[in-house]
Amino acid sequence: MRHSELYVNITINGEAASIEPLSVQDYLLTIGIDPRRVAVELNREILPKADYPGTRLKDGDNLEIVHFVGGG
Amino acid sequence: MPGTNDKLVIAGREFDSRLMVGTGKYADFPQMVAAIEASGAQIITVAVRRVNISDRNKESLLDHIDLKKYTLLPNTAGCYTADDAIRTCRLAREAGLSDFVKLEVLGDEKTLFPDNEELLKAAAVLVKEGFTVLPYTSDDPIVCKRLEDIGCAAVMPLGAPIGSGLGIRNPYNIRIILDTVKVPVIVDAGVGTASDAAIAMELGCHGVLMNTGIAGAQDPIAMAEAMNLAVRAGRLAYRAGRIPMKLYASASSPLVGLIK
Repeated sequence: MRHSELYVNITINGEAASIEPLSVQDYLLTIGIDPRRVAVELNREILPKADYPGTRLKDGDNLEIVHFVGGG
Repeated sequence: MPGTNDKLVIAGREFDSRLMVGTGKYADFPQMVAAIEASGAQIITVAVRRVNISDRNKESLLDHIDLKKYTLLPNTAGCYTADDAIRTCRLAREAGLSDFVKLEVLGDEKTLFPDNEELLKAAAVLVKEGFTVLPYTSDDPIVCKRLEDIGCAAVMPLGAPIGSGLGIRNPYNIRIILDTVKVPVIVDAGVGTASDAAIAMELGCHGVLMNTGIAGAQDPIAMAEAMNLAVRAGRLAYRAGRIPMKLYASASSPLVGLIK
């Protein structure tokens, strides 16, 4: 039986992080983010919300997670 | 205004209010909510920024906005290239499920004037991707015409630099823009007090967008109400048809029947 990696090294919002290879959906929930309130770019491409559950994070992935804040 | 059929129409969507407001620079969320309420605005701008991963206790803007009541207009504030602005708009659409965007591509940090070359590039791409683009631009009729030709849903010429409070610096250009394009003309940036907003509407503009003018006032909620009234007064005055400006007097009382 092959062991999967315990952790993957990714970049989230410009910061390096080592996390379990969760799906984007699970990762967002783990860090307390409501997936409905954000938009996500994975490796510079918009990740549609429908794809959050089915997209597993892997080594070298670059995530940008944004939301709406006050602005003019 | 209630009772009249003078709605603001942008890309086929109708709005009663011709005042649009931003959500930035408020002291706190309750003040922001109260000011937006007092303004009567139905369209509010928001910015798109990274989530703070490490500080998850921070309240979220959308916790305080009733999305059934307001139309969000995400902006591309802070973008200095077409690529960044396009990327931001795609993210905004994904986050907000609406394709309305306020497109800003800045050219300079001190003036925050638009980089019209990059703006036109971004607008062309975004219109093709089905966005409803409301571009912040300079009070240049030629650029406004180009933006209309590209397919923008409105043009938003500045009155003066963002946050400057200088009012409508070039009302003559604004009038020329009104003559030049058929899409709604919305003055965006520079409004400092109520009369500035009224002037924009008296010129014939279809709407006014502001943030600092309200949020930066000593009493933002009172100023929001003032702006609400000013935009409505200015629009009503415009539709009422003002008297011409004359060099000499024209008496208002009869010349006959004077006692001698």
